[in-house]
Amino acid sequence: MTQQFVAMHMSDGIINAPTSVIFGVLAVAALGFCGWRARSELDERTVPLAGLVAAFIFAVQMVNFPILPGVSGHLLGGALAAILVGPFTGALCVSIVLVVQSLLFADGGITALGTNITNMSLIGVAAGYATAAITYTFTKQLGASAFVAAVIGTVAAAMGFVIEYAIGGASSASLVAVAGYMFGTHVLIGVGEGVITALTVVAVARARPDLVYLLRNSRREALA
Amino acid sequence: MTMNAAGRGKTFWIGFLVIIVLIAGGVSYLASSSPDGLDSATLQGCEVSEVDGTEVLTGSCIAQHADDHALAASPLADYAIVGKDGTGGLAGVIGVIVTLAIAGGLFWLIARRRSDT
Repeated sequence: MTQQFVAMHMSDGIINAPTSVIFGVLAVAALGFCGWRARSELDERTVPLAGLVAAFIFAVQMVNFPILPGVSGHLLGGALAAILVGPFTGALCVSIVLVVQSLLFADGGITALGTNITNMSLIGVAAGYATAAITYTFTKQLGASAFVAAVIGTVAAAMGFVIEYAIGGASSASLVAVAGYMFGTHVLIGVGEGVITALTVVAVARARPDLVYLLRNSRREALA
Repeated sequence: MTMNAAGRGKTFWIGFLVIIVLIAGGVSYLASSSPDGLDSATLQGCEVSEVDGTEVLTGSCIAQHADDHALAASPLADYAIVGKDGTGGLAGVIGVIVTLAIAGGLFWLIARRRSDT
């Protein structure tokens, strides 16, 4: 059996060292802020869910699905985590997954951790959660909101890479070509991400609606 | 048959964990081995060929600037146990346990700090 598990995240060297340092500092500062703000999202009831959401994202990221001949995609998990456990805890969930993958499985460069965390944890979660919150407020459709949020979160994360490449890309490949290719592939990946996110969020909401952060939060706002 | 609330709660947590382990340990073998969107973007402009079991890139593309991973020789590198074929599922289950331990521990500490203040 020669099943090959492919590397999934940005390697070292693709973005130059100064740019990597800047995004490393940005990521550490942002995660510190998330750790502080996550206190309002976490209590003894939601801690087990938050731990399982991180483990779930790790597991599902292993399952690359085909999007085009010779091209695959995998879950990023930002919208999924944010909807279930809140945006600040959600960003920490995705970051823990990226750190474990980089340090234990040599997947995703170590100096690229700052850029990878910025794209998938910070941008993916922020764009995904903002989209989910707005869509859910207007439609009250959890599954549809989760799908749209996952598509937007995935494309936004891909555009994060494009920005980093524009600032410090260590290659002569044209920025327009990279941006176009990243956008196109990540719209398709986003559809897969949307399906996985909607199915997961709806399944958790059916079993334990009291645990789903987006539902708890919108109820709190409605009461206020 | 109706379960009491505690029984239903337990079923949810155990069910969630079983699904996670099945995905990492089993479903992961069905994963596509094609490069993902990002990897594929970095390979645009290059031909990938295999020479003596190692990938060689010809042409001009972003991936030529990628460095080997600093921990490429670590025992779980590339989701295999000491590089053995077919161990991806077990490597995945180890990853699930480590992720759960780190995330659970960190979140428990954050939640505890909240109740202190």
